Amino acid sequence: MELTGAEIVCESLLKEGVDVIFGLPGGAVLPFYGALGKYPQLRHVLVRHEQGAAMAADGYARVTGKVGVCAATSGPGATNLVTGIATAQMDSVPIVAITGQVPRPAIGRDAFQETDVTGITLPITKHNYLVMEVEDIAPAIKEAFHIARTGRPGPVLVDIPKDVLQDLRAEFIWPELPNLPGYNPPGDADPEQVTRAAELINQAERPLILAGHGVLISHTYDRLIELAEKAQIPVITTLLGISSMPTGHSLNLGMPGMHGMAYNNLAIDEADLLIALGMRFDDRITGRLKDFAPNAKVVHVEVDASEVDKNVKADAPVVGDLKRVLDQLLPLVEPNVHIDWQRHLDDLKSQHPSLHIRDSEELLPQYVLNSLSEVTRGDCIVVTGVGQHQMWAAQHCKFNSPNTLITSGGLGAMGFEVPAALGAKMGRPDKPVWSVAGDGGFQMTMCDLATAVENNIDVKFAILNNGTLGMVHQWQDLFYDKDYFATVYSGNPDFVKLAAAYGITGLRVTKQEEVADAIQQAMETPGPVIVDFVVRESENVYPMIPAGGSIQEMMEDEPEVSVAPPSGGG
Amino acid sequence: MPNSGMEEHTIVALVEDKPGVLTRIASLFRRRGFNIASLAVGKSEQPGLSRMTFVVTGDQDTVVQVTKQLDKLIEIIRVADISDHETVARELALIKVRTTPATRAEIIQMVHLFRANVVDVGAQSMVVEVTGEEDKVNALHHLLEPFGIIEMLRTGLVAMVRGQEDPRASDTIGIEIPENGSRASVPG
Repeated sequence: MELTGAEIVCESLLKEGVDVIFGLPGGAVLPFYGALGKYPQLRHVLVRHEQGAAMAADGYARVTGKVGVCAATSGPGATNLVTGIATAQMDSVPIVAITGQVPRPAIGRDAFQETDVTGITLPITKHNYLVMEVEDIAPAIKEAFHIARTGRPGPVLVDIPKDVLQDLRAEFIWPELPNLPGYNPPGDADPEQVTRAAELINQAERPLILAGHGVLISHTYDRLIELAEKAQIPVITTLLGISSMPTGHSLNLGMPGMHGMAYNNLAIDEADLLIALGMRFDDRITGRLKDFAPNAKVVHVEVDASEVDKNVKADAPVVGDLKRVLDQLLPLVEPNVHIDWQRHLDDLKSQHPSLHIRDSEELLPQYVLNSLSEVTRGDCIVVTGVGQHQMWAAQHCKFNSPNTLITSGGLGAMGFEVPAALGAKMGRPDKPVWSVAGDGGFQMTMCDLATAVENNIDVKFAILNNGTLGMVHQWQDLFYDKDYFATVYSGNPDFVKLAAAYGITGLRVTKQEEVADAIQQAMETPGPVIVDFVVRESENVYPMIPAGGSIQEMMEDEPEVSVAPPSGGG
Repeated sequence: MPNSGMEEHTIVALVEDKPGVLTRIASLFRRRGFNIASLAVGKSEQPGLSRMTFVVTGDQDTVVQVTKQLDKLIEIIRVADISDHETVARELALIKVRTTPATRAEIIQMVHLFRANVVDVGAQSMVVEVTGEEDKVNALHHLLEPFGIIEMLRTGLVAMVRGQEDPRASDTIGIEIPENGSRASVPG
């Protein structure tokens, strides 16, 4: 039987095991929505802004390891997806975006709601398609999912003109294999590369593992722990690698870099070997490249060959699927103890207690996040946007299981925390999900509170409300003569009343002693809850290494003199 | 990226002949800040596949990064830097040069010395077609310059690895293909 293009899209999504689609319809994509109504297995979650659809699909993908799916119409619908797609690209998250396009005869004529979305998303997708024939729909979707989830994952966009969805019919033929002769993600690594890596690991006296997002993406957490324990190598986790190892594990040192633990940056400075697993030496980790890890050789295991030698030169590059590489590597690694090195790191840790929360009359955001982990016993998914709240969450929250810190790392997109939390909860309904936001980011995407209410998505929204665009405010404080231009939010809504407007529970917390009770109450209240934590306005995130700086410029606490503006990026 | 000097590298690629491939490649060069000196593209011996030759300027690290980034593009099937290999490299140029009755003979003589051809003759100009390595094309260009060049068009270099050294296709040079079919090492 011949099906319409729209029906073929739905059949293809079913073949890929899709169970939820986040989206918002419009003219060009309406034939797809018409078909979607006949496929109840494909649950559609109607968002209030397409950016939320892409970010919800992202959150869903990160917690499940499956491909997240979002849909939007042509023109503004498609351009609204862009920030979400770019987030997924920077953080290697598998999502497939399906967009309607104007009918083929209208393409190129600046038709109503026409944009060249394949052109726009070309640099922010792993790949994209403009499907011009109905017979090409099923192969394109097959390939899109395959590309999105394999190798280094990423977003793929499939743009389909309205007439191809609506007017054309074809047999639904699902290809058994994708036809991608130019796409062969690596599997096992070259054994010589692995042997060389093992030699360096066995010789090292002061080794560190840098565990990145790749550990989570490739489900390599067990082998990471096995490697760390076998040779007693301390583990530092990048922002996106944080939940790859339980926070409480004795070998887990936490995060390095710009707002990383001081002892971790000092450790990297002294290490004689860095074993980088599925990470890309982002500038927020390295700071000034020429001063980064000056004493260390580097083993770099990556599925994406272009990441090797891009920022930091590898002495032992290993290109392959991380899980398979560790299977190759583990038998070659000799059991070891690095007693002197570990003792030294313990000393550094006690000399530089970066996680200490001082006593304060005012409510400190660090205290709130620490309490969140205490009350939830680390058994919840924390979803953050970007900025101060994100760094405090990375520093002070505790994570017991993989994929429980979901955050916009590479792109650093404010507003990610609200829709991504909805997607995370849809993907893991068994886990409590906390969206941790600043008042700035929350206001970027709070329109999707309606999505949470409409679908009864049980996310708890914690707003660390300091009435400022906190991280920018911090940079002005430290580097721009305390000129707080355009970073004070004087028109914030009353978030408790906002909750009431959406018909959900809203709580306000202004004192430390109220924090734990409020978190508990939110947890016990079914459905979405907003907790407005009114925190100290001028609190800064420490430690801090200014952008483009080195460990020499690290500020462990409030500096006594003002600092020159950093020249490094962002 | 620091160290090693700037030099020209010749990169060849086998690509799927699909709409938008050239845009992807051009976009990649632009956003990664790579310099492209020339780019030639045309059909290959296999239906549905094209071959491209890029000449890029950069230090060794940059060129390796260019190659790896190109390899990531889905529609690029193989890519290799063949600069360190014995190659046959050719470029074609059409040069429209100003002529007068007095200069015509001299120009034709020069063209023949270069084993180039005169492919069009007008009252005040002629079109010269020259094929060869970049240096040869440059040399004829410079010799013709004093007569007045009205228009010049160069195709950019096309290149392949010579057969004596290795019978494989140019774009498989430097890429190890293990038995499981996945590429383990980076293209060299």
